[in-house]
Amino acid sequence: MDSTPAEGWAIEARGLRKRYGAVRVLDGLDLRVRPGSVCALLGPNGAGKTTAVRILTTLTAPDAGRARVAGHDVVTARSRVRRAVSLTGQYAALDEEQTGEENLRMMGRLRGLPRRQAARRAAELLERFGLTDAGRRRVVTYSGGMRRRLDIAAGLTRDPEVVFLDEPTTGLDPRSRRTMWEVVASLAESGVTVFLTTQYLEEADQLAHQVAVLDRGRLIAEGAPEELKRRVAARRLDLTLVDRHAYEAVHARVVGGALHASPGELLLSVPTDGSAAHVRALLDELDPARVEIARFTVQGATLDDVFLELTHE
Amino acid sequence: MSDYAVLAARSIRLSRRNLDAVIVSLALPVLLMLVFVYFFGGAIESGTGTYVTYVAPGVLILCAGYGASMTATTVTGDMTTGIVDRFRSMDTKGTALLAGHVAASTVRNAAATAAVLAVAFAVGFRPRADVPQWLAAIGILLLYVVALSWLSAVAGLLATSPEAAGGFTFFVLFLPYPSSAFVPIDTMPGWLHGFAEHQPVTPVIESMRALLLDQPAGSAPWRALAWCAGLLALAVPACALLFRRRTR
Repeated sequence: MDSTPAEGWAIEARGLRKRYGAVRVLDGLDLRVRPGSVCALLGPNGAGKTTAVRILTTLTAPDAGRARVAGHDVVTARSRVRRAVSLTGQYAALDEEQTGEENLRMMGRLRGLPRRQAARRAAELLERFGLTDAGRRRVVTYSGGMRRRLDIAAGLTRDPEVVFLDEPTTGLDPRSRRTMWEVVASLAESGVTVFLTTQYLEEADQLAHQVAVLDRGRLIAEGAPEELKRRVAARRLDLTLVDRHAYEAVHARVVGGALHASPGELLLSVPTDGSAAHVRALLDELDPARVEIARFTVQGATLDDVFLELTHE
Repeated sequence: MSDYAVLAARSIRLSRRNLDAVIVSLALPVLLMLVFVYFFGGAIESGTGTYVTYVAPGVLILCAGYGASMTATTVTGDMTTGIVDRFRSMDTKGTALLAGHVAASTVRNAAATAAVLAVAFAVGFRPRADVPQWLAAIGILLLYVVALSWLSAVAGLLATSPEAAGGFTFFVLFLPYPSSAFVPIDTMPGWLHGFAEHQPVTPVIESMRALLLDQPAGSAPWRALAWCAGLLALAVPACALLFRRRTR
């Protein structure tokens, strides 16, 4: 990241560490997010994404390291951070037996709005998230997508500076996922800083100005989505080996790890840019005696491949 | 302070909408009342005239304990869903959340108490209390409910699932039996006297009975107040401590 923005960083974390028993969940996380931008923390299950969010929203204390959110320290100025942020977790944090409107009014009141203002704000938010018709129904009758939207709305009763969304689209059908993307885009347009976690590269690519890739508690890559995509190969070379012995030998020669390795099918996949020169060079490098590779095909890399290649670095 | 009011309103609304809980907390007391009077009443001779007059305060206590113990389940429910994180991320105090549950429990129990009293009157309960005695009796009962609700909140914070929290109900439901709620203590085996005489239900039941039947109450109301105050002094700080530990 380059120069410090004039108004300071929206999120600034240095050396965050957290362990639960013997498991190092965060192992020195450094992160800086510009005000008004959308940052996606991308990583597989168990990478430490939720722990990072919990520390940044003051719900969990770090074992070591410092973090400031909206200019306030997450340990020493907890209340100030809490007043400046909103958190929408992975599991809908709503009362199922209250209506959507009652939930929003309650959150507004807890955020310190007077009764009438809380009611007005609830109506505005229902309208903004397309839930006006459902507002008088109990949340238990809502679809997954509606719940998620209401959950985000519940975080916005008092215009937060930084909005944290922990896996906002996990478990949603493709249409609801699209709607969520629109919601996040409109949040970004309104000028708030959005910090979201996701397992999907496509989602990070769509929504974020900045993507940070987390694997086993550490950042392994960071940058604009275009930069990250440039860093990884666009295609993959699938190799079928003649026998188990050849499979082991070729696997051992793969530099930087294979994208896929499936000994049962004698199949190995390695990244390539797809050019004839690179494929030829790879084949020579992996099989110098020209006897171990039986067949090869060149495939367009999927997003999973890109991610796998990053997490192998 | 407004957090307390908002969360109390929330808990009361949620209680009202939980149909099972409404039915159980109103129908069960009424049924118990009828069971004690018609099934056991003929066999038990208590010495204070009609058994219904002896047992009605006992049933009130039994129901109060049962209703209060449901706080454990509702608290665990909140602690095991995402909602507690949302409240915390909004800087809402844990004690406000728990006090909301206790308030709802008190309202539920006030309704159940009214239902039991109505049925008791219908089957022949004839107390001889004047207005101050009524107020004192109801006051002690509600204080007992509040103390027991906070104790239940402790259990709710310790439990890892609503089902486990429900186990606390069993314990509380049992507590009135080894007391003078249903039969005089001197009819119990000797080894039980020590416990029966020195547990919170006994002074509460004795003061209620004395107040409602216009008999000398002795030190019972003071012992009841001391028990409730002691339970509160233990349970409220324990709740604050456990909430902090649970949400670290």
